[in-house]
Amino acid sequence: MGFFLETLFGGLMAGMLYALVAIGFVLIFKASGVFNFAQGAMVLFAALTMARFAEWIPRWTGLDNMLLVNLLAACVAAAAMVVVAWLVERLVLRHLVNQEGITLLMATLGISYFLDGAGQLLFGSSTYKIDVGMPKDPMIVLENVFPGGLLLSKEDLYAAAMAAVLVVLLSLFFQKTKTGRALRAVADDHQAAQSIGIPLARIWVIVWSVGGLVALVAGIIWGSKLGVQYSISLVALKAFPVVILGGLTSVPGAILGGLIIGVGEKLSEIYIGPMVGGGIENWFAYVLALAFLLVRPQGLFGDKIIDRV
Amino acid sequence: MNGMSNRKTGEVILDVQNISLSFGGVKALTDISFDVREHEVRAIIGPNGAGKSSMLNCINGVYQPQQGQITFRGQHFRHMNSRQVAEMGVARTFQNLALFKGMSVLDNIMTGRNLKMKSGLLAQALRWGPAAREEIAQREFVERIIDFLEIQLHRKTPVGRLPYGLQKRVDLGRALAMEPQVLLLDEPMAGMNVEEKQDMSRFILDVNDEFGTTIVLIEHDMGVVMDISDRVVVLDYGKKIGDGTPDEVRNNEDVIRAYLGTEH
Repeated sequence: MGFFLETLFGGLMAGMLYALVAIGFVLIFKASGVFNFAQGAMVLFAALTMARFAEWIPRWTGLDNMLLVNLLAACVAAAAMVVVAWLVERLVLRHLVNQEGITLLMATLGISYFLDGAGQLLFGSSTYKIDVGMPKDPMIVLENVFPGGLLLSKEDLYAAAMAAVLVVLLSLFFQKTKTGRALRAVADDHQAAQSIGIPLARIWVIVWSVGGLVALVAGIIWGSKLGVQYSISLVALKAFPVVILGGLTSVPGAILGGLIIGVGEKLSEIYIGPMVGGGIENWFAYVLALAFLLVRPQGLFGDKIIDRV
Repeated sequence: MNGMSNRKTGEVILDVQNISLSFGGVKALTDISFDVREHEVRAIIGPNGAGKSSMLNCINGVYQPQQGQITFRGQHFRHMNSRQVAEMGVARTFQNLALFKGMSVLDNIMTGRNLKMKSGLLAQALRWGPAAREEIAQREFVERIIDFLEIQLHRKTPVGRLPYGLQKRVDLGRALAMEPQVLLLDEPMAGMNVEEKQDMSRFILDVNDEFGTTIVLIEHDMGVVMDISDRVVVLDYGKKIGDGTPDEVRNNEDVIRAYLGTEH
């Protein structure tokens, strides 16, 4: 039982990280109708910026307070993501207004390659580390309930707390502010939004910035766990099945989808894996997504597509 | 009820001068001029494809006409975007509903207050002092609109679930929330049954009476147009063929020809 719970917990943590990347997809898709293939590249770019500046700032200024350095580096990375968002709107989206979804998708594919390349050109291409002071040692809880207790990773708990704070902030932003309302309005109808004086261009910059900030948080957490390297941009591939499961337009869906995928792949690896010779963690998410597409193509919480004929 | 002679119309508030608009080789509007006086109900009518919606879109800043200019309260403009027009006090509704379907009635109408809200992002998210007061004040205004349009029961319903006639009312509500000086209505009664049309006519006249809002509307139902408008512009193939009171327009030979397609 203790082992099952440990596996479950590990799965939840992995799932939460998938969810973070998936939320980035959902936010941008909701507000601009663009399926942003570059979300993974944005995670990499943000993490690289953060890691390198955390390294450079002490060298330039002689600061040695790690907290301050990390904060400064995070601010620089956040600013970089806002600049990226602004450039994306200026150079790409603005010229593709009212184009087919597939055109926009291809454009984000281009952005994704560009960001991958630019990130490595500017910041180098080896493995860097992000150290935001997350504790590396595990802890053992509930020793009196289970023999030997449960082995939990403190780092994962911290990461979960960060993700939770982010989600709360995002929902406050979307539900309670007029900008959030404007974002939801633009997502529903561009023309009507313009007629009541909502400036589309600015909204797109905002939503891509928010997508970039979510990417930064995901990048910090992944980076501090696994190190910052090119392969980080591939976590986005794991977010595809998550958004299929949760629905492309639902933030709660992205969270729940992420958790289901995370838990599903860990548990299946342990309990089904041995029957088929193991190694199913890598493809389990995609099979699950495929099954979902057959049964419920709009995902758990997605908008149901009803066409009048 | 014809003519609404008891209502006072004021100065010219919106003046459209020699507007021409074409899309590639297709001429949508040719040399159109007319004016709209303060507090009046001004209708634009014409057969399908006459250029009515194009005209509205020019006034609204969605299209930029190639020639001519539009004067709003003494300010000329030719190259205005939708936001600038909205800031000047022009609101509109849409022929094919363009509501924010996933959002509640309340939120839809609140979006109309967007330009009026000034507090910062952070203050709003945290519902901090002044921001909270502002939100409440705006909310009160919106509640008044909801009462006025008699949609209290549907306040929290996602707009996509409402019947068509009510969605049209929400569309009107969102435009009213902007406290416009001029309200552009693109076929506010399209697709409605007789009862819904009567309700909508009543709302339009009430808005005009109570708030003094100037109204420019496009409508196909001749009965309604003749009943509620003070003056009517008639377009056909992008040209103006008639302009005047409902009675004058009704007896205009060109108008009769355009509508009935007969030679006199």
